[in-house]
Amino acid sequence: MMTLSSLQTVSLAQVPGLPPRVGLGLKNEHFIEVLETSPDIGFFEVHAENYMVAGGPFHHYLGLIRERYPLSLHGVGLSIGGEGPLNREHLARLAKLIERYQPHSFSEHLAWSSHGPVFLNDLLPLAYDVATLNRVCEHVDHVQSALKRPMLLENPSTYLQFQRSTLDETDFISEIIRRTGCGLLLDVNNAYVSCINHQRDPQAYIDALPLQAVGEIHLAGFAEDTDSLGDRLLIDDHGAPIDNAVWQLYKQVLARTGPVATLIERDHQVPAFNRLMAEAQQAQWHLSQVTP
Amino acid sequence: MSLHDAFTTALLAPEPACPDGLFSSNGADPGSRFAVYRNNVHSSLIQALATAYPVTAQLVGDAFFRAMAGLYVQACPPDSPLISEYGGTLASFIEGFEPAASVPYLADIARLERLRVRAYHAADTEPLDSQAVIGQLQGRTDLGQLRLQLHPSVSTLTSPYAVVAVWAAHQAEGAIASLNPWHAQSALVLRQGLEVKVFAIDSGSVAFINSLQHGTGLQRAVAEALDASAEFDLHQCLSLLISHQAITHLHIEHKVSP
Repeated sequence: MMTLSSLQTVSLAQVPGLPPRVGLGLKNEHFIEVLETSPDIGFFEVHAENYMVAGGPFHHYLGLIRERYPLSLHGVGLSIGGEGPLNREHLARLAKLIERYQPHSFSEHLAWSSHGPVFLNDLLPLAYDVATLNRVCEHVDHVQSALKRPMLLENPSTYLQFQRSTLDETDFISEIIRRTGCGLLLDVNNAYVSCINHQRDPQAYIDALPLQAVGEIHLAGFAEDTDSLGDRLLIDDHGAPIDNAVWQLYKQVLARTGPVATLIERDHQVPAFNRLMAEAQQAQWHLSQVTP
Repeated sequence: MSLHDAFTTALLAPEPACPDGLFSSNGADPGSRFAVYRNNVHSSLIQALATAYPVTAQLVGDAFFRAMAGLYVQACPPDSPLISEYGGTLASFIEGFEPAASVPYLADIARLERLRVRAYHAADTEPLDSQAVIGQLQGRTDLGQLRLQLHPSVSTLTSPYAVVAVWAAHQAEGAIASLNPWHAQSALVLRQGLEVKVFAIDSGSVAFINSLQHGTGLQRAVAEALDASAEFDLHQCLSLLISHQAITHLHIEHKVSP
C-alpha cells in the first residue's frame, strides 16, 4: 500500500491534457455517425469500463475515432472512496486501456461503488471526516502511481449527508488536491444538484473549490423529484438537456477559470447526435466568450 | 458493521431500508433520499440485464422481466465493475425461478443471449482467408492430424427446445404464430467481422466444434462428431465455419511424447 509520505517521490509523467474546447460523451449508437460526418468537436469522452472487453466493435470504433480526436478516459468503477484497498486488477485494466488509447486525461469520482465482493453500479456518497480523507488520498496516490500520470477527481452529486462528517465537501476536495496533486474535474451539474439538495448556495460552493486545479468541466441534465417534505430533490441522471441554472453557473465558473475543456454528458434517453451537437455549440459559445 | 456494510445491506434489501447516521439538511426523512441511491442501484442493474437479454425480456414481457431481474439483482449482485459481464448466472437463476416455469425454454434463450454478448466482445483474431483454408485442406495428405483453431467468439449451445428458431422469430416483426419451440435444437454463435451471428446446427456439429475447441485433431474430432450423430456432415459443417471466417489457424498436431 502506498503511504502519504511517498507522495512527493511519485513522478507523474506529463500528459498533454484536454484541449480547452467542448467534448461529447461517445455513445455506441453514434459511432458510425461520428466516423461518417467527422463533427467539429474538441474531444470525446468514454467510460473506461465499457472498453474493458477483449475485442469486437467497441475497440474497433474507438480505435478509429481516437485517430481523429483527443480522448478523455472517464472511470466509473474504481471505487476510490471504498473502505477496502483499490481493486488491483481493475487498475491493471485501466493501465492497459491508457497504454492502448493514450488518452489526454483520466478521471474518476469522489465516491465509492464496490464493497467487499459486491459492485453496486452507482456513485455512492462518502462521510467527510479525517479517516475518510486519509483513505481517499492514499487511493488517489495509488491510482496516480499505478497509472504513472495525474488524474482528475470529480466532485459528486449527493442526496444525503452523514452525521459523522466533520469537513465541508469543498474543504475535503481541496485537501485531497493539495495532498495528492490530482486535478479537479468540476461537474457543474453535480455542484448545482448537491447544493439544491443540501440548501447551499451553488456560487459559494464553487468559490470554495480550488478552481486553479480544474482540468475539465462536466455539464449534464438532472431529473427532479421531491423528498418526504415535498422539497425539490434533484437527481443527477444525465437524461435531460442542461438546465438553465447550470448554464448560468457554468458561465460564472468560466469567468474564474478561463477556457477549460468542457464535456456534455448524456447517458440516458440519448437524443439524436445533432441535438448533442447543438448543446456542444452552446457550450462552445460560452467558452469563446472568456479570455485565456 | 462499517458504514459501507450498512449501506450495501440497505441498498440490496428487498424492502426499502435506510442506514443509521444519515440526515437531510432540510430535515426531510433520510429514507426518502436514500431511496434515490437504492433506485439507482436497482434500476441501472435491471436495465443492464434488459439490454443484455432482449429476447428473454420479450418472451415474458417487460414488467415480468424487470420484477424477475430485480430479484436476481438482490440475490446475485455484480462481483465486478465490468457490467458487460453482469448476468452470467441469470439463466440458472431463471431455471430455479418458479413463476417463469410456464416458459420452459426461457433459460436456454438467456444462455443463447449470453453467448451473443460474449461473442460481441470476444478477442479480435484475424481469420484465415477462406480460399487459403480450402486450399490447405484439399492439398494435405495428413489431414487427420490437422488442428483447426477457431475464432475466440465461437461457442455452441445444445437445448431440448428450438432456441435458434425462438430467438430468430424475435428479431423481426410478426411470423411468431407458426413457431414450434418443442423440438431440440443446437446453436452456433460467432462473430464475423463486427457482426454476431447465430446458426442452427446438428448435435454432430456441436460435438465437432467443441472437439476442435479442445485442440483435438481433425480425425478424432470427426469420430466424436459421428459418435454424437451418425448423420454428421463434415463438408457442411466445415463450409459453415469457413464461410463465416471462424477458422483462425491451421496446424499439424504434435504428438506429445510420454
